[in-house]
Amino acid sequence: MSTEVPIAAYLILAAILFSIGVGAFLIKRNVISIFMSIELMLNAVNLTFVAFAHRWHAVPGQIFVFFVMVVAAAEAAVGLAIIIAIFRTRKTLNVDQINLMHN
Amino acid sequence: MNGSVNTLALLPEGILTLAGVLVMLAEPILKPGTSRKPLGWLAIIATVLAGVASGYQLHLYNLHGTMRAFSDSIQIDPFSVFFHLLIAAVVFVTLLGSLDYFEGKATHAGEYFALVLFGAVGMMLMTCSVELLMVFVGLEISSISTYIMAGFRKGKATGTEASIKYFLLGSFATAFFLYGIALAFGATGSTSIAAIAGALGASATPRLAFLALAMIIIGLGFKVSAAPFQVWTPDVYQGAPAPVVGLMSTAPKAAAFAVLLRITFFGFASMEARWSVLMWAIAALSMTIGNLGALKQKNVKRMLAYSSIAHAGYLIAAFTAFPENGIAAACFYTAAYSAMNVGAFAVITQLSGYEEHTRTIEDFTGAALRRPWLGALMTFFLLSMIGIPFTGGFFAKFYVFSAAISGGHTGLAVVGLLNSGVACFYYLRLLVAMYARHPHELGNDRAVFTKVSVPASCGLAAAALGTLVLGILPGRFVKLANRGSLAVMTIAKPAAADTPVETGVNTAPK
Repeated sequence: MSTEVPIAAYLILAAILFSIGVGAFLIKRNVISIFMSIELMLNAVNLTFVAFAHRWHAVPGQIFVFFVMVVAAAEAAVGLAIIIAIFRTRKTLNVDQINLMHN
Repeated sequence: MNGSVNTLALLPEGILTLAGVLVMLAEPILKPGTSRKPLGWLAIIATVLAGVASGYQLHLYNLHGTMRAFSDSIQIDPFSVFFHLLIAAVVFVTLLGSLDYFEGKATHAGEYFALVLFGAVGMMLMTCSVELLMVFVGLEISSISTYIMAGFRKGKATGTEASIKYFLLGSFATAFFLYGIALAFGATGSTSIAAIAGALGASATPRLAFLALAMIIIGLGFKVSAAPFQVWTPDVYQGAPAPVVGLMSTAPKAAAFAVLLRITFFGFASMEARWSVLMWAIAALSMTIGNLGALKQKNVKRMLAYSSIAHAGYLIAAFTAFPENGIAAACFYTAAYSAMNVGAFAVITQLSGYEEHTRTIEDFTGAALRRPWLGALMTFFLLSMIGIPFTGGFFAKFYVFSAAISGGHTGLAVVGLLNSGVACFYYLRLLVAMYARHPHELGNDRAVFTKVSVPASCGLAAAALGTLVLGILPGRFVKLANRGSLAVMTIAKPAAADTPVETGVNTAPK
């Protein structure tokens, strides 16, 4: 299997995706974009899990991915509901304008 | 193999889940506009039962030793029982204090009780899990419930803002926590805390493991609002409803600390020299940022948010100590902190009411003169936060700092004591204001004069009693905390990884 992609490639890709997620979380100003960057981070984690599961030949890593997906879906349901609630009270999704409280 | 043992391991969580589902089912059946208090009472009864169930688990532990369930992912030992009881107590006080808080104000007031119960399930699950997958599930159950609760005053702009901020930063932290778990899995090939400890102890620790632990500490650091991950705390505490803040500033943090204790002192024990430096820095930074930030706050809830950051710092100081002192000191600190903080927010709930017209320190002027009992309780809780003798806060600080000193970190203890001095200023500022005569004594109508209901008084009394007992008779709690710390350090090696032991009562810790 000389054509197999090395594990490190997956891990580096996952690390890059995670970093993009962190960067987007900090830079983006729209609540939905911020939320999407968190999803990106979670998917980077999933990729890491699957890659390591392959390396260790251990199923728990793959099972973990399913749990992450389920929880991410639950989080999305709650998150979108909160986003709707905030849009109703503020008529905006820009985080700079959703800032009544500060020091 | 004994099937009954398996279910007993999750008995408290089972009771709370059942009650939560019942509340959810009953909520839409009840006519809109009718009282939701019966649902609240159901929740309270379930919480008491869950506490009793945890006590029963301790009894089982005394008879049979550590109880394991669900492929060794759940472990019932004095450590988990300690936190189960603590969480049940906090939820009990919160529920009593907020029985009629949302009554007639929120459209589905009953759901609040269900969310509190589900949140408690998640927190309890976190404290008894020794498998990171289970910890993650518990963490998310508790987090998602608290995200919703933070925004439960739907029409309020600050409430929804608190909710979205808590949600975004909480999920951000979860992603870090997960990445940490993934890397730990990569370094050791397992997500079980015991197996991680075994793999790391056996070989030279790979750099990947340290990165994994750093990520996990970042993730949990957000949850316990330790600096430099504390940015969300002031906004969320300011915007969320007071009883919810009382809950989420104590119970989820206690659960997150329990996880952190298990992961650091047991899972990554072989790397202690490296993470204790990290903890030293986080502790010193949290104390300083928390206390300095609190000094300039005008909003009382915001001030207490900074105070809770500082308390997280004092608590984390215990992580720099030797495990035998550190774990017990940290357990005791969470108990004392929870009692006084949930109490302080219960008083604020009563003084400010649903609309929270009484927000700033100025608004609280003369409050203790008009409401002497509430004033006295608030005084007591604030004195405990300062760390005056005969309060839980005193012994908590005493144990933590003496543990840090015996671990050779006198410098950190000095930083902590200096910080405690600084903290006096803002706590006393609120106290002085509460006992000051209001400049316009007659024209002051911002405070709502509602009578404190009997359940709410019981809740307040319970919190005060907890703080007092921890302050004058800490012996029993210290004993349980010590047993808990022993349990963390000597978790028996699990059975061979490939043969999952469904249930089992393990009496032979290695």
